[in-house]
Amino acid sequence: MTVTDTVTETVVVARELRKVFGDNVVIDGLNLEIRAGEFVALLGRSGSGKSTFLRALGALDGDVEGTLRVPERRAIVFQDPRLLPWQRVLTNVTVGLPATSAVRKQALDALAEVSLADKAKVWPRTLSGGEAQRVALARALVREPELLLLDEPFGALDALTRIRMHGLLQDLCRRHTPAVLLVTHDVDEAILLADRVVVLTAGAISLDVEVEVPKPRRRESAEFAALRRWLLTELGVIDGLQI
Amino acid sequence: MTSVLSRPSTKNRIGSGLVDPRAVVKKSQHGQRIPRQVQRLLGPVLLVALWQVLSTTGAFDQRTVPPPTRVVRAAYQLIADGSLLDHMSTSLLRVGYGLVFGIVLGLGLALITGLSRLGENIFDANMEVLNAIPNFALVPLLIVWFGISEVPKILLITLAVAVSIYINTFSAIRSVDAGLVEAARSFGAGRTEMIYRVIIPGSLPGFLIGLRLALTASWLALIFAETINAKKGLGRMMTDAREYFQVDVVFVLIAVYAALGLFSILIVRFLEGRLLTWRRAYDGD
Repeated sequence: MTVTDTVTETVVVARELRKVFGDNVVIDGLNLEIRAGEFVALLGRSGSGKSTFLRALGALDGDVEGTLRVPERRAIVFQDPRLLPWQRVLTNVTVGLPATSAVRKQALDALAEVSLADKAKVWPRTLSGGEAQRVALARALVREPELLLLDEPFGALDALTRIRMHGLLQDLCRRHTPAVLLVTHDVDEAILLADRVVVLTAGAISLDVEVEVPKPRRRESAEFAALRRWLLTELGVIDGLQI
Repeated sequence: MTSVLSRPSTKNRIGSGLVDPRAVVKKSQHGQRIPRQVQRLLGPVLLVALWQVLSTTGAFDQRTVPPPTRVVRAAYQLIADGSLLDHMSTSLLRVGYGLVFGIVLGLGLALITGLSRLGENIFDANMEVLNAIPNFALVPLLIVWFGISEVPKILLITLAVAVSIYINTFSAIRSVDAGLVEAARSFGAGRTEMIYRVIIPGSLPGFLIGLRLALTASWLALIFAETINAKKGLGRMMTDAREYFQVDVVFVLIAVYAALGLFSILIVRFLEGRLLTWRRAYDGD
């Protein structure tokens, strides 16, 4: 097995996905592939079906028609941290894993990676919003996922905390190299973090573009602004004249 | 601009009736030197004092409303001759058995119905109906079935406790945050781990509310239970006191019931403090 093989390996395959709620077709002929280690941002307006797609990938919703393949090692970070308030931070990180000293050690390492090693023994309710979301990241990373699903993970955080979290997430992804699907409605966040941005419109992919803005990416750069304008237009937020 | 020119100077503003906010805060905190718990006793103390005055001045008939001093003397005598403790230990034993059986039964049923649809279909409607039936209405039936032994007495308390525990624990299990359950499942928690790490701790606050109500219900059920030909117990003492018109003893017994009720609440508060430490940080604000 050579390095190039692993890089081009596909970890998510979705073909002709379809999901219906009553009379409402939420996902309608969705096709998407994600390669190992690739960071994909999924943009879409409210009701475009992006959260439904993520829930299907995360095996939270079973009744989706079509072909769908995901790795067994997956982890989700939800918009709210969803920590068990009656379990200490450390046990929240190890939930669902065997209670061995090796797992405990890995969990402590994961907490150290998100700079919360000193909070291992505290109750989740004493944490700030940003800290709680970092615990949720540690809980996902300790599973060494091949696919990391992020469902608007920074949506509830204040602007300054969000910027810090962006940096942290980039660091973690560089070290652990999972494939990432980030569901967001923040166009800047998508361009800043992703290798590839995908726009979901009415339940199908309407735009699939590699982000070629050179790193480190700055909002002020011309490439950033151009891509931003393009994506916003695709999302129907502004027309070409209004910038 | 004229508006800028006509603006008063800073010095003027300090002089014109501004106050130091700290002085305002300090004033409102003056009464805080006596501990809050002691302050709260003011009401009961005033009430007893008023009662004493009204009884001794003859506003109350001393035969039907004896003064507090006589109630205290009666209590002292009942304690000294050992009869109060004797009767009370019998009652406590009944409540103790009723609580143990009732908690086991109520908790067991709540877990079965809470964790399985089938269990809910079998038991829940029955328990709802049992909850709707006044406890006292079951007394004749229990006497017919079990005679006038200890069994119907303990059973009556058991039922009252089981219903309180069941109703509250079942609804607590069903209202555990679905988002947490979903998250735990997505991280690989199996059924066993889900029950002991998510469902049980998540429904513990509801169970403790049930326990608080169950303790209150158990004392109420005890009073009903001891109307069933009890040879001993606080209920028997009450019946005797009524027969012999010992109103002071009636007052002593009412005080005993009050003390036992308050003591039960203290026990639950203690348990809440120990078992729900994770909530303390949250309740603090």
